Amino acid sequence: MTSRIANAFANARAENRGILGVFVTAGDPDAQTSAGILDALVDSHVDIVELGMPFSDPMADGPAIQAASLRALKNGMTLAGTLDIAAAFRARHPDTPLVLMGYYNPIYIYGVDRFLADAVKAGVDGLIVVDLPPEEDDELLEPARAAGLDFIRLVTPTSDADRLPVVLGSASGFVYYVAITGITGTTSAAGDSISAAYERITAVTDLPVVTGFGIRTPEQAGEAASRSDGAIVGSAVVEIIAESLDDAGNGTPETVSKIAAFVGELAKGVAAKAD
Amino acid sequence: MTDVNMNSLRNQPDDRGRFGMHGGRFVAETLMPLILKVEEAYTSATSDADFQRELEYYQTHYIGRPSPLYFAERMTAHFGGAKLYLKRDELNHTGAHKINNVIGQALVAKRMGKTKIIAETGAGQHGVATATACALFNMECEVFMGEEDVRRQKPNVDRMRLLGAKIYPVTSGTGTLKDAMNEALRYWVANAESHFYIIGTVAGPHPYPQMVRDFQSVIGKEAREQIMKAEGRLPDSIVACIGGGSNAMGLFHPFLDEESVSIYGVEAAGKGIPSGLHAASLTGGTPGILHGNRTYLLQDDDGQIIDAHSISAGLDYPGIGPEHAWLHDMKRVNYVSATDDEALEAFQLCSRLEGIIPALEPSHALAFVSTMIGDMDKDDIVILNMCGRGDKDLGAVLPVLEERGRL
Repeated sequence: MTSRIANAFANARAENRGILGVFVTAGDPDAQTSAGILDALVDSHVDIVELGMPFSDPMADGPAIQAASLRALKNGMTLAGTLDIAAAFRARHPDTPLVLMGYYNPIYIYGVDRFLADAVKAGVDGLIVVDLPPEEDDELLEPARAAGLDFIRLVTPTSDADRLPVVLGSASGFVYYVAITGITGTTSAAGDSISAAYERITAVTDLPVVTGFGIRTPEQAGEAASRSDGAIVGSAVVEIIAESLDDAGNGTPETVSKIAAFVGELAKGVAAKAD
Repeated sequence: MTDVNMNSLRNQPDDRGRFGMHGGRFVAETLMPLILKVEEAYTSATSDADFQRELEYYQTHYIGRPSPLYFAERMTAHFGGAKLYLKRDELNHTGAHKINNVIGQALVAKRMGKTKIIAETGAGQHGVATATACALFNMECEVFMGEEDVRRQKPNVDRMRLLGAKIYPVTSGTGTLKDAMNEALRYWVANAESHFYIIGTVAGPHPYPQMVRDFQSVIGKEAREQIMKAEGRLPDSIVACIGGGSNAMGLFHPFLDEESVSIYGVEAAGKGIPSGLHAASLTGGTPGILHGNRTYLLQDDDGQIIDAHSISAGLDYPGIGPEHAWLHDMKRVNYVSATDDEALEAFQLCSRLEGIIPALEPSHALAFVSTMIGDMDKDDIVILNMCGRGDKDLGAVLPVLEERGRL
């Protein structure tokens, strides 16, 4: 059986385009609105959904995603709640790949074996756990692979020729190229630097390579997707959620519709750069 | 490895940076290349005689080492038990033990050709020490400090500014020391090529817990020689306060293999462990992963980090160094705690009886000593690490003492 992730790349390739991945935080601003946002992503032609597992101390994230995490936690989101959102998503959307992204501590506290069993049961396809480098593979990557989940690795501009094989040796699903040396949602990378990185990375792995961090507009998404195998947008989407909230921080009717409109533009941006 | 004493407790960490199950390198890939370079530079520095000479030069002529080991005669008489010695690290330049580590790491940064330094700080002692070293070595200094701490610790903020440091008030998360550390790590990731991050305690990803411990171990090495000279034997007990745990690790490490020496680490119990308002990660926390290492953390049952509370900003951290976590698991060190009120009591006692105004941090250690030393033999010996002076705490302490009619 081919995985949902592999299918998503194959489908995009058949259309001569890269994939569009979108990141949102589970339970931001609340569980119900969050489910509506996920539906809007699928309706707006997102190829891979990345669902953030909220954490109080997201070391690799910029202000937008930090705030999203805190909003979700304040409204009672937990890792168990995130897995519930994932399971309900899978019931509504059997084919869209769903990747959980976050930090190790909530998983460690939940219990690695229990987490993997529940994630598989919820229909999760892969994991991105930011603070687990290859040096700590035995913590989660090895049991996750054994459970049938992809473990997606981040590669950075500082990953040199010595480091790349170490990072990618145990990766699966796809490679997440962090286009800037920094945190999420800050500056943007130049197209040429993405192409150069794409060449370096694909020399070491056969996995598809998608570009993320600092992609904010449909044009940038198109550019990144055309110079690699796809683009991932997070902070720019999360900021739209933040802007749509009422004064008490609750979701409004606009929250979902604005996300749908923006993500629709991102999808067009990626499709327009089909080669 | 055959020559190494495998039973020694002083051989940690292993090559993964683990102390038992604790420690490690739980960081984003963006940080990994930096951390590996720091490890390489530190390893090469430790085997370089020139580096050691330079470090010793600054320890002697700039920090003012060795710090005295002082027999606290009046407190000893007051408690009526064992002899109490104070390791006077509050007499170091900048008034605390923090400078021991900072000078060491700044010299490693210099070896790596770095001219820009990042630091996080809570009470501001590590920030002041880092700003000091940066002035000394002509480096740029950028300090991350929780917004609330910037307000509370104005004298230290002013010192840092005077020394030429740039201060970034941190508003993200809950705006405390843990957030300052998050923000410093984020900034480092974005400025990897040019900057070196001087972590202020024995926490963070490998090699920091080991490197900081090694630079602080000068405290324990000196104390050992000094007590042998003064008393002709090792102490019965050694005691230090613990936030992240760098002064404690520095005192403890040279004594770990001495079975006759009881070791006590004193955490901040804030308003009391049952209140939930404390900073006692070992007494009241559980193992988890934060800031690049596995260790005991204050966290809820979803793995979200809980804010620490202590009257002492220097102990106000929801984690603890991984080597302490390991020593706790194997029960080599006894980890105990003292409340805000107990620390205040000790703060005043030491000031009045010895003419030494201690920082609130070692006041916690003294508070614990006051509960046990009276029951010890008169010939027994206790060494307490007086790791900082209390000038910085007057703003926090005086209003409370005045309100209670204690002045």
